[in-house]
Amino acid sequence: MINYASREINCKIVYYGPGLGGKTTNLEHVYGKVKPETRGKLISLATETERTLFFDFLPVDLGTIRGFKTRFHLYTVPGQVYYNASRKLILKNVDGIVFVGDSQAERMEANLESMQNLYDNMAEYGYDLTQMPFVIQYNKRDLPNAAPIEDLQAALNPGWEVEDATKHRVQPDPYHAGQNLVEQVAGGEWVEKAPYFEAIAVNGDGVFDTLKAVSKLVLKALA
Amino acid sequence: MTAGTANWSFTQDDFTAITESLKRFLGETKSHCALLVDRSGQLVTTVGNAPGLDTTTFASLTAADYSANDQLAKLVGENDFSSLFHQGEKDSIYVADIARRLLLVIIFDSRTTVGLVRLRIKDEVQELTLLIDRVFSRGRDGAAPTGHLLDGADDEIDKLFNW
Repeated sequence: MINYASREINCKIVYYGPGLGGKTTNLEHVYGKVKPETRGKLISLATETERTLFFDFLPVDLGTIRGFKTRFHLYTVPGQVYYNASRKLILKNVDGIVFVGDSQAERMEANLESMQNLYDNMAEYGYDLTQMPFVIQYNKRDLPNAAPIEDLQAALNPGWEVEDATKHRVQPDPYHAGQNLVEQVAGGEWVEKAPYFEAIAVNGDGVFDTLKAVSKLVLKALA
Repeated sequence: MTAGTANWSFTQDDFTAITESLKRFLGETKSHCALLVDRSGQLVTTVGNAPGLDTTTFASLTAADYSANDQLAKLVGENDFSSLFHQGEKDSIYVADIARRLLLVIIFDSRTTVGLVRLRIKDEVQELTLLIDRVFSRGRDGAAPTGHLLDGADDEIDKLFNW
């Protein structure tokens, strides 16, 4: 939303993913690292055991573009399957999505279920995830049982077919040398993947890379 | 243009008309603060006084509160609950839907009554609905300046992220 009267651009980014994957940890790290004058309070609507019940919310000011203050509202959703009704509410009018996947091999099923749930909930609002700012973060890369990135990519980010012929050109992945975000695959069709990041959110590794990437995509989508 | 999401913009004229209308409402009902919040939780404007209120957080929680209640309404077979009232010891809040796009939040204390707020808010909702419809119909016609503000601003956007 662009407010010409208060000269603000407000954008909503939602961190989605399976329970205990590190969505809240991402926001806590951002809260701890950005200057106090550029962020608001971190609000957590959580259960007594610190599981997200409804959402976490953190407003962050990124700076000024064309004299407009850009403010990002970061939300997490409750990851637990049980809370789908409230999870869906948070997606309303979202501008950008971060999917926080849990790298542990035994969480693959939970990752897949959550990704499917994201597509389904977005579709119910009439949003097309493949047409909007969307990045994937593979969290917990430091754990010994973390699955290889190739396996996670194959399962969670296999790509979608690019139908628009004007976009049929190779687009290198700016974050991974030698890889492409848009490319022609063996069968001849053009496929696009979401940008991905490796993270250890509990140390902060990869947290800002992810946030920067999705914020940039959101602002460029407005441009 | 962000696919599928709300993309709209207010001009100075819209803002002035909305502010004037809300000021009048606050005077008539002796309420002390009105906030206009969009359904995604972003604050559109605040009129009146609410010292110390964290309006950004307040807006986000209001939208979530209203959305949750909207779903509760559906569970009991209603289309929606068109308004919400939360009563406090000193301050109370009244939330009303505007054109399914925005929420009008009124904060008031014992200088007025919920009855007066409820009575007057119906006219206020109608007036704001007309103003908001104008904003959105202009957006659909493509005349809103939204799409042009950031044209060619890629460099500026990149600079924002030189942390």
